[in-house]
Amino acid sequence: MAKITFVQPGGASQTVEAREGDSIMQTALAHSIDGIFAECGGAMMCATCHCYIDDDRTGAASEGEQDMLECAEDEVRDTSRLSCQITVTEGLDGLIVHLPVPVE
Amino acid sequence: MIGQIVIVGAGQGGFQAAASLRQEGYDGRIILIGEEPEAPYQRPPLSKAYMKTGDAGQLALRPAAFYDTNAIELRKGTRVDAIDRRAQRIQIGDEDLAYDHLILATGTRNMRPPIAGLENTRDLRTLADAAALRDALARAERIGVIGGGFIGLEYAAVARAAGHHVTVAEAGARLMGRAVSSQMSDRFAQKHGEMGTDIRLASPVAAVTPDGMTLADGTQISADFVLLAAGVVPNVELALDAGLDVDNGIVVGNTLLTSDPSISVLGDCACFPDPATGRLVRLESVQAATDHARLIAKRLVTGDQSAYRAVPWFWSDQSDWKLQIAGLAEATDAAETLPDGTVLRLKGDQVTAVETVNNARAHMRTRKGMGQGSILTKEDFVSAQV
Repeated sequence: MAKITFVQPGGASQTVEAREGDSIMQTALAHSIDGIFAECGGAMMCATCHCYIDDDRTGAASEGEQDMLECAEDEVRDTSRLSCQITVTEGLDGLIVHLPVPVE
Repeated sequence: MIGQIVIVGAGQGGFQAAASLRQEGYDGRIILIGEEPEAPYQRPPLSKAYMKTGDAGQLALRPAAFYDTNAIELRKGTRVDAIDRRAQRIQIGDEDLAYDHLILATGTRNMRPPIAGLENTRDLRTLADAAALRDALARAERIGVIGGGFIGLEYAAVARAAGHHVTVAEAGARLMGRAVSSQMSDRFAQKHGEMGTDIRLASPVAAVTPDGMTLADGTQISADFVLLAAGVVPNVELALDAGLDVDNGIVVGNTLLTSDPSISVLGDCACFPDPATGRLVRLESVQAATDHARLIAKRLVTGDQSAYRAVPWFWSDQSDWKLQIAGLAEATDAAETLPDGTVLRLKGDQVTAVETVNNARAHMRTRKGMGQGSILTKEDFVSAQV
């Protein structure tokens, strides 16, 4: 188990116990975290699980992930990631995930 | 505000409609009815990741608690028998259920072509099908596949990678013939051939036995089991019996409403006007299901009568190739391959669809451009080539 904290754009945060082997996206869905839609189910087709993570432990985004991020609906930053592409491990305990401001 | 919305079909589109209604702020009753015993789950991975891993826990669209938290009354394992439009009620066995608005999300079922011995084939449509196929795969050496479309080829790629002998019999002249250009069909035929899969084109299957399949030309293909993946047909019977307009799907207008103002239709079973050309189309994709669902939810909650205009997109994972399609081409549209392998579908100078392999950048740029309403031309893509 690893504790992951999701922070909404307004500052509200929720810390959840994530199951190892799940992706951050699946963790968010399992805990009904707002802002992660994950339409394609983790197939790297939709960029609706976009989040911001400023933490070296998650490594770098792959080329394919970067290409998808480029077209995310929300504001793209240097820390942008697709949460479906990050697998939870014990080593990620304490990870903080910021969610984007929703685009209407 | 509408008091009670009933959604028939608890696949990805039906689920999305329920979720989007709540997101839009709808506070009436939502009843989501599905025939399968499971809560809504993702179907695309059944022929991809799930077939490799067997991990059904990864498929659920939301955890069980989601439905309680959002007051979505999920009725699994339930079949709707009829719609009484005048009374605005649906019939489930002996039970009557009223609706103020009805959303039909009945999806598709496997097409069963007139082939002798079809009862000897297996389906790959539901989680139960996929689980049974995984079990059979573990015991099989030789596998036959009827149909060289997305499901048949995705399955063939997984089975071949696991070391099985795989023969794909496609009745048409090329693979994925309804969906991609002939150039792309050829590339995939070559890819599967290089993997060691036996691809038989223009090879309708005449008969299936417990020992394999017989092609129309008499060729015997021995197989421990045969997968039927010859396409799907929309589930339109409920709508047809209720007197709604049906034409390769349940016909709706550009707000996805039927001729009955109390009934909307979404996803694989909807026959809707293509925003780009106005022609009636039916798309079998996650994209159409979810975009339809969001539009309908918004219309019902806010009264927004905007026409549907989402850009179609699609993907298929076959071995280490990810095929992506953005836009929607007609069969008669031209096809031109660019130096980087991107295939443009063209109506005159205008790009109607873009087919790529392992090129998310070109795919997403197309979706973005089309989504902004831009007319994309060949030049837009030629200038982007490096």
